[in-house]
Amino acid sequence: MNSIRAFTLWSVLLCLDVAVCFATTTKVYPAPNSLHYAISNAHKGDTLVLQNGVYKEHDLVIQKKIVITGNGAAIIDAENKFQAFLIYSDSVAIQGLEIRNIGKAGMIDMAGIRIVNAKGVSINNNKLLNNNFAIYLQNASQCNILDNIIHSDFKDEVNGGNGIHAWKSDHLLIKGNTVSGHRDGIYFEFVTDSYITGNVSFSNARYGLHFMFSHDDTYSGNTFKDNGAGVAVMYSHGVIMLDNNFLQNWGEASYGLLLKEITDSKIEHNRFIKNTVGIHMEGTTRVDVLKNLFQDNGWALRVQASCSGSNFTGNNFIGNSFDVATNGTMMLNFFSHNYWDKYDGYDLDKNSIGDVPYYPVSVYSVISEKIPSAMILYHSFLTDIMDKVEKVLPTMIPDKLKDDNPVMKKLKL
Amino acid sequence: MKTIIKYVLLDLLKNKTILVYTVILAALAVSVLNMDNNNSKGLLSLLNITLLFVPIISILFSTIYFFNSVEFTELLLAQPIKRKTMLLAEYTGVAFALSIAYIAGVGIPVSIFCSGLAAFTLLVSGLFLTLIFSALALLIFVLFKDKTKGIGAAIITALFFTLLFDGLLLSFIYSFSDYPIDKPLLGLISLNPVDLGRILVLLQLDVAVMMGYSGALFKKFLGSATGSIYTIACMLFWIIIPLVISVRVFKKKDL
Amino acid sequence: MIAIEHLTKSYGKFKALDDISLSFERGQAISLLGPNGSGKTTLIKSILGLVIPEKGTIKINGSEIKTHWEYRSQIGYMPQIGRYPDNMTIGQVINMLKEIRKDCKQYDEELIVSLGISNFLNKTMRSLSGGTRQKVSACLAFLFSPDIFILDEPTAGLDPLSSEVFKDKITKERANGKLILITSHVLSDLEGITSHMVYLQDSKLMFYKTVEELKLSTGEEKLNKVIATIMLKELPKTIHN
Repeated sequence: MNSIRAFTLWSVLLCLDVAVCFATTTKVYPAPNSLHYAISNAHKGDTLVLQNGVYKEHDLVIQKKIVITGNGAAIIDAENKFQAFLIYSDSVAIQGLEIRNIGKAGMIDMAGIRIVNAKGVSINNNKLLNNNFAIYLQNASQCNILDNIIHSDFKDEVNGGNGIHAWKSDHLLIKGNTVSGHRDGIYFEFVTDSYITGNVSFSNARYGLHFMFSHDDTYSGNTFKDNGAGVAVMYSHGVIMLDNNFLQNWGEASYGLLLKEITDSKIEHNRFIKNTVGIHMEGTTRVDVLKNLFQDNGWALRVQASCSGSNFTGNNFIGNSFDVATNGTMMLNFFSHNYWDKYDGYDLDKNSIGDVPYYPVSVYSVISEKIPSAMILYHSFLTDIMDKVEKVLPTMIPDKLKDDNPVMKKLKL
Repeated sequence: MKTIIKYVLLDLLKNKTILVYTVILAALAVSVLNMDNNNSKGLLSLLNITLLFVPIISILFSTIYFFNSVEFTELLLAQPIKRKTMLLAEYTGVAFALSIAYIAGVGIPVSIFCSGLAAFTLLVSGLFLTLIFSALALLIFVLFKDKTKGIGAAIITALFFTLLFDGLLLSFIYSFSDYPIDKPLLGLISLNPVDLGRILVLLQLDVAVMMGYSGALFKKFLGSATGSIYTIACMLFWIIIPLVISVRVFKKKDL
Repeated sequence: MIAIEHLTKSYGKFKALDDISLSFERGQAISLLGPNGSGKTTLIKSILGLVIPEKGTIKINGSEIKTHWEYRSQIGYMPQIGRYPDNMTIGQVINMLKEIRKDCKQYDEELIVSLGISNFLNKTMRSLSGGTRQKVSACLAFLFSPDIFILDEPTAGLDPLSSEVFKDKITKERANGKLILITSHVLSDLEGITSHMVYLQDSKLMFYKTVEELKLSTGEEKLNKVIATIMLKELPKTIHN
């Protein structure tokens, strides 16, 4: 008997112990306010498993470390009026949910998931559909945003929200997300020491990626495609862009990549294909552009006179209407060892480097840069002839803007 | 009139120059379209070929043809035929033959390799240029008595519209770059059918974006539906006005 | 049938016709003579409406030709130089003219047969000799049985045999009451077919007389002798004038 009693006591103690010391897993079913109750009743470390169905709940404030998961068919619907999750605690995780219809009106920027003053939050494998802002990080640190699918049909450059929006944060990892149909796909302001990698950002109303005052960030392996104005990078230093694709940002005010006031940065191994402008540079200092592919762009590079100390080395320029355009007569940047498909020089000493320099700025591009109306003569017989004549007798193009060592064969990148 | 058109065509469709013209156009079109799997680039090259070849060939061939058939024209005019009928029939025959050559040489390859509005616009503007430059040839024919002078005038006319005009336009743009010149530019561009044809096609291709990139206003207007109608109306005037003048001059011409 | 009054035409400073008045009637065969540049071709072209006169009038059957064009259905014209579209066949040219002249249902194809053109109907114009082209021109002039024939140097390129065939045809048509106007340098070819002579020099009409009158006044029988005699008499006068 004793032994039975002792066992029961032990068991009860054990159970209590588990409740206090170990996290519990609670199933939550769709019902009015069921999720609200579940969150407020949950203890630190608990896991809420949302069962399939639509939860018409909003302003779910999370102030303790919990995990909320679903298997993809648990839907939080904010009915176009409200926000969904507001995370104020460290180490919260939200996984496998669908969050939709975040309110678009109002004075505050409503978001599907808002992370405020928190560390170590991870948002993985969610679907965020038709939201104003999808994921909004505010003074966050060391958060992971992984493998989410973010899409909005609300294409509005003025009023729409961004897909992943980060402000005053650091050490973020944004990886493997797909963002489309927002104002800016990914937006950074005062975000430092972060990695943005393997994301696809397409068909956003303004920029695929937009960042300002965000230093020492690395962008690698992303694809930015068909965004209203491409990618804009401004007022930052220590930016590293590796192995990204900038594709089909084609429009009257589109850039593959717009650089403004950028210093000490690297742009390597990227592919700029079919953009109105491959890279537009304004006020940049010491930006190295190495081993990139520029193909079928309107202008591969527009380098304003305010840029200096940049190296353009080992890039392939293929099938661009204009290789380089500039608005000045001085050139403080250096071109070397690039492959230019328009180069028609020769290589007598067979060292696979052309013996005469290549001038990547055509006279017509100089004129049309000065006087936009001259574009009315685009593709006319006259401008072709002018460019041919200029090649023989250079008079108008900036004479320092040249590649003294043009490579004869397309580079393997 | 129909009779004369019919026999002029019968004669011209067996003409070696027309056949060579067709074959060259077809060879260029096929090679250009084959070379680039990029449709838009192929069309762009084909546009350049059209703008270069169609005006010069149309005007030269037509001028020479009109001058060469002056004796036969006299013989026919000794028949009870109005001069106007005779002249317009001859123009129609020549313009039609050249148009057929263009359609066969460029139109068929284009319709095989690409489709869409841009390809269609290219054909339309090629045909317009054919009709315009044969009309100009007719004007040259009625204004000059001497064949050599006429051929000289034809070459100068073609050169003027394909090259010199744009040079003058560029110097205009350059000297007045401080003023709002987009509107005067629209007016000036209407004075050159080759430019009209070029812009009509360019605006249908994706490179149109580049023309409006720096906010040049002419692109906004010409790119609109109104702009296309305006361009086509200008091209029509470029056919009609030389024809009307030709008929008037020809009525009083001594043969 | 044709009445020309005070016809004047100049090309720039050069006067091609100076106040010419003439009138031709049915059944006449008129030779237009004169040195090169004397205005023969301009006169013919004026009648055909190819040259627009500066002053004066041309009436055909009483009505002025000015802006009308229908009157040309009464005229058969054979040009001095016959040039045709290179790639058309003789048959096509003949058919073309037949189609243009829809008003005419009866064709006079006598010359097509007698000049041997009917054997070459499928030949292209480019491949023809000058003489054959001349024959085609002749056939076309006679094809629609007009009342007036205007023949500009018709026998220049013809072989003697064809020339005879052609002259017989002219004589025959004249007998039918047609009016025939011929210019020719070969005076012997005009022998026997012409009834009147018009002589133009320096754009002016020198004389318009019947062959009989001329023969009487010069006492010569052969046409070329007649003309030679006249030229000897008249020429010094004109130079002094």
